[in-house]
Amino acid sequence: MDFEYLFELLCSGVVKGSIYALIALGYTMVYGIIQLINFAHGEVYMIGAFVAFIVTGVLTLSGHSGLTVLLLAALAAVIYAAAYGYTLEKIAYRPLRNAPRLSPLISAIGASIFLMNFVQLVQTPDFLPFPELISDFDFMEPISRYLSSVDLIILIVTTVTMIALTVLIKYTRTGKAMRATQQDMIMARLSGINVDRVISATFIIGSVLAAIAGVLIASRTGQINSAIGFTAGLKAFTAAVLGGIGNIPGAVLGGLVLGIAETLGAGYISSAYEDVFAFGLLVLILTLRPSGLLGKAVKQKV
Amino acid sequence: MAATKGEKLLEVSGLSMDFGGLRAIDNIGFELFAGEIVALIGPNGAGKTTVFNCITGIYEPTMGDVTIHPPGGTCRRINGMKPNSITSLGMARTFQNIRLFPAMTVLENVMIGRHCRTGSTIIDAILSSRRSRREEKETVDKSYRLLQKVGLADVADEFSRNLSYGAQRRLEIARALATDPFLLLLDEPAAGMNPQETHELDELIVRIRAEEQVAILLIEHDMKLVMNISDRIYVMEYGKEIAQGTPREIKENPKVIEAYLGEEVHA
Repeated sequence: MDFEYLFELLCSGVVKGSIYALIALGYTMVYGIIQLINFAHGEVYMIGAFVAFIVTGVLTLSGHSGLTVLLLAALAAVIYAAAYGYTLEKIAYRPLRNAPRLSPLISAIGASIFLMNFVQLVQTPDFLPFPELISDFDFMEPISRYLSSVDLIILIVTTVTMIALTVLIKYTRTGKAMRATQQDMIMARLSGINVDRVISATFIIGSVLAAIAGVLIASRTGQINSAIGFTAGLKAFTAAVLGGIGNIPGAVLGGLVLGIAETLGAGYISSAYEDVFAFGLLVLILTLRPSGLLGKAVKQKV
Repeated sequence: MAATKGEKLLEVSGLSMDFGGLRAIDNIGFELFAGEIVALIGPNGAGKTTVFNCITGIYEPTMGDVTIHPPGGTCRRINGMKPNSITSLGMARTFQNIRLFPAMTVLENVMIGRHCRTGSTIIDAILSSRRSRREEKETVDKSYRLLQKVGLADVADEFSRNLSYGAQRRLEIARALATDPFLLLLDEPAAGMNPQETHELDELIVRIRAEEQVAILLIEHDMKLVMNISDRIYVMEYGKEIAQGTPREIKENPKVIEAYLGEEVHA
């Protein structure tokens, strides 16, 4: 067996998986708090990538260096996407807070389709080339077969982001309020927590993560279009369910498992079936462990 | 801010709540003054918890008024307000069926109560600003002090779901006190407690009133506890108020005896 090839695939799988994980966190956090699958989350990710694309175009013309441009573009993407996440919740979900659970779900699908077509209309339905902003680092030369410089940055950024998120949720005042809201919304209200504000914060944080993922993927694949949110959203959703939706470490694990399974399947069998492996794995896990890898079984009183 | 004794804190008048065609509470009215412990008693299903839910903003009452007079503040009509706004104004409560945050530690549960009295944001936390650090320290200190008061300081880092029943009830009280209330609503705090625990609770409630300067409104079935600590008692049956008075008056009130023991049979 060719171990080198296996290692190559594993590395690529981890990189892919960590981006899935970043998007999956947004799904899982929102689900954890208001039990809603935010189908428009993938679109927020796509919008993040587009904002980065536009800002990059402007800044490159003014002659800044690659890394500065990338940082500024990412910052713009994050702020823009956060605004989108916040507004999306206000317009599409908040009015339906007390409606039956199916209503916000339909609203989410509607918002997703709307945003996708909106970007298609005001930008373009075609693929756009995303500029290569990260030049290859010299020290990466010996292992560039396994890990490119972009991959390295992706791994660093995702790791740092996830650690920051963990600290935020565990130790900050807002994080505690988020956990309390997740565990018992009415009691959180009675303890004086403004639950609406906590929900807004959750959407903002999720959107920030999605925008970061958008910029990272765009610089890895080198192209974007208005439909990338759909596929990435679906994959990340799969990752969230795989790990146990509502469970934050689960989303990270699910993302990694999904990324690795996909690359292994594509590398050993056929890359044409990449998506089949991803969703086949989902079917398998849901059959054997319906609550996901780390999810707890929900006991329902009858 | 401490209220002067005898100052009116809460006024409920003409309070009614309908669920569909069912009138769960009907034209209830009562008052609560600073420094008082007042009990709301009555048989199961009398509507006592519904009264609490109307006062704390979980339900919006069908009719009537709930007005609070925060000490040193202006009087506010609070029906229809959101529960978190009411809590911020200075009213806190506990539940009959304990509602702690099970996957948080004992200390964190109390710290959640401080949420509405603190204001540092995510940005403050990221910058680790002086304000957020000072606030965090104050929150932890105050929470520890409250845990000491209810006797739970040594289990501060346990998950709240691992506590005994009686300890969970005391933790709920500590969390409620963390919101700096001037009015504390306790819904059956002695339910499920053994006589020893009930006796300790009795002392705790009286001590809290003195040390934290809160007035207490209490729903309770344990008559010994109620008669021991209450200044005044309101009695409800089938959603209506049937009596009010001091513990002694209530004990001798024929209507109350009838509600609890059934009508006397005349041969």
